[in-house]
Amino acid sequence: MSRQPLIAIKEPVADASAAGTARAAAPERDDRVQQQSLLHRFMGRPESASIAGALLVFAIFGYAASGSGMFALDGILNWQTVAAYLGIISIGACLLMIGGEFDLSMGSMIGFAGMMIAIPPLYFHWPVWLSVLVAFVGCLALGWLNGYLVIKTRLPSFIVTLAFLFILRGLSLALSIHFTNRTIVSGIGALAAEDWLAGALFVGTVGEDLFNWLAAHGMVAMTSDGTPVVHGVPKVILWWGVLLVCSSLVLSFTRIGNWIYAVGGDANAAKNVGVPVKAVKTSLFMFTAFCACLFATLQVCDIGSAAADRGLQKEFEAIIAAVIGGTLLTGGYGSVVGASVGALIFGVVQIGITYTDANSDWFRVFLGLMLLVAVIFNNFVRRRVTESR
Amino acid sequence: MASEYILELQNVSKRFGSAIALRDVTLRLRRGEVHCLLGDNGAGKSTLIKTLAGVHKPSSGAFRVDGAAVEFESPRQALDRGIATVYQDLALVPLMSIARNFFLGREPVKTRFGVFPALDTATMAEVAADRLRNMGILIRDANQPVGTMSGGEKQCLAIARAIHFGARVLILDEPTAALGVRQSFNVLKLIHHARDQGISVIFITHNVHHAYPIGDTFTLLNRGVSVGTYAKDAISKDEVLDIMAGGTEMQKLMSELDGVAV
Ligand SMILES: Nc1ncnc2c1ncn2[C@@H]1O[C@H](COP(=O)(O)OP(=O)(O)OP(=O)(O)O)[C@@H](O)[C@H]1O
Ligand SMILES: [Mg+2]
Repeated sequence: MSRQPLIAIKEPVADASAAGTARAAAPERDDRVQQQSLLHRFMGRPESASIAGALLVFAIFGYAASGSGMFALDGILNWQTVAAYLGIISIGACLLMIGGEFDLSMGSMIGFAGMMIAIPPLYFHWPVWLSVLVAFVGCLALGWLNGYLVIKTRLPSFIVTLAFLFILRGLSLALSIHFTNRTIVSGIGALAAEDWLAGALFVGTVGEDLFNWLAAHGMVAMTSDGTPVVHGVPKVILWWGVLLVCSSLVLSFTRIGNWIYAVGGDANAAKNVGVPVKAVKTSLFMFTAFCACLFATLQVCDIGSAAADRGLQKEFEAIIAAVIGGTLLTGGYGSVVGASVGALIFGVVQIGITYTDANSDWFRVFLGLMLLVAVIFNNFVRRRVTESR
Repeated sequence: MASEYILELQNVSKRFGSAIALRDVTLRLRRGEVHCLLGDNGAGKSTLIKTLAGVHKPSSGAFRVDGAAVEFESPRQALDRGIATVYQDLALVPLMSIARNFFLGREPVKTRFGVFPALDTATMAEVAADRLRNMGILIRDANQPVGTMSGGEKQCLAIARAIHFGARVLILDEPTAALGVRQSFNVLKLIHHARDQGISVIFITHNVHHAYPIGDTFTLLNRGVSVGTYAKDAISKDEVLDIMAGGTEMQKLMSELDGVAV
């Protein structure tokens, strides 16, 4: 296929009088180009409002929780960890929403995947790496099934994945009762730590040497037994970072990213110009399933147990984080950086409130308000962009 | 190349459930001709060209490209054969930028850091702005969302895109419907230019002043059935107008209306 212009019109297309008209219109247009200041361009990005929101939240807690240790190193890692868990699934939810679909089964999939990881090693003597691998394959298959059903039935993904919200939650409960006679399966922590795969990728922290060195030089506080209060950076934070960098590069700078925006913006138009709409959507469902499984793996390895009610309402938190980050509910617009900032706001507020005198029930009130403001703002942005001048 | 025709539909029917949009339609597109497709609203013109573009699969009948039977699974396969279409609904994504829309589905890629296949955004913006300028549309910024363009500007973008990628066949579904006089003139000029380069064009319009001067062949559809195909020398402008306006009955009405006005 050729990318060469097929018809290059060398001579000016318009006749003299028409060219005159065009020239008369030109200066006005040029003026408007010059008005595009850096601030203006930043304001045009989907994540700008969430970054402003995050600064506001930091300011509030910097004041309300000053001197409480919230912004000491261990405090920071505390809310960063909460944000990282949510960040991982909000990136998946965000990409899928940009692609024009929802996955309400993410939370249930976290519980289900946790059981898939914990039960086989404890009850059937599988190595942990194998059960982790099987859990990922299983979740990807479920993600594919979500996508397949949405595409085949042409029903809203909201309904199809709502069905899986119940199916997977019910299965987690029923199967854990069936195999183990309980709904919380514990004792997997030690097995995971010894496992080559889980131990290397999911369990514990990184940078212990660095923190020991920092502690020895007085830059990190030490406990009474001489170890630093912070052993290292939890691996979940690194996973979040890696996922964020990779997904935002893909979204902004690759063909796949272009296609994700297109299938969410107008699936029919995308199909008509040759974008493989079904493949893109199915892959996005598989990616959210991957994120849910990653969440579950990290959580099981960290806590050392799986429970059938894990991940309850996480699908909503992930969607809320994405919306706070500027992603449109109608698809076609958004950013994973924004979704991650949304997750960060979540973590700061949820953990920050415990550092203040305020009752932690206010957490939900605050988030609800945040969501409302974000949705109203996003709607305004969409109208500005989609309505003809 | 054996066949005289680049595209050929033979006795093609298309059903949507129980509704019959096309019935036994035969349409042959010669190399390098401008073929006008005429007919009332709902006659099946868009359905016909969507079949050619790979959006719809014919319910029955034969579809040949270069004389060889084809079955397009998707518009992508038609595009890969050099058949580009301007759809009536334009197939633009309003939230995406002009440059991204222009290259949607056929993005140029440049390898960065030796491994990362990144979009060549500079080329995309440059080419898109340039092709639009050729059509008489000046844009402020190729990175502005398409949703902010006017209807006519959007139409020009869709046409510019099809011309850029339509290597052999260009299908235009009412491309001049929302255009100003100068832009319509540009589109006709582009069609003319395309024919000079040996590109075959299927042109749908309701405007006889656009269709007659540029068309070589005229096919009339009526309620999903092909009424006939006429070469230009076999039909006058008035006859085309007659066909488009629905025949003598319409003319009678017109003269009656004139009478009232006078
Ligand atoms: N996807 C579809 N499902 C069901 N019916 C359809 C579909 N697409 C078209 N039709 C029907 O097929 C008939 C022909 O429609 P089509 O869009 O091809 O008309 P047209 O000749 O392009 O009209 P216009 O001049 O208004 O663009 C109409 O009756 C329409 O309702
Ligand atoms: Mg039509």
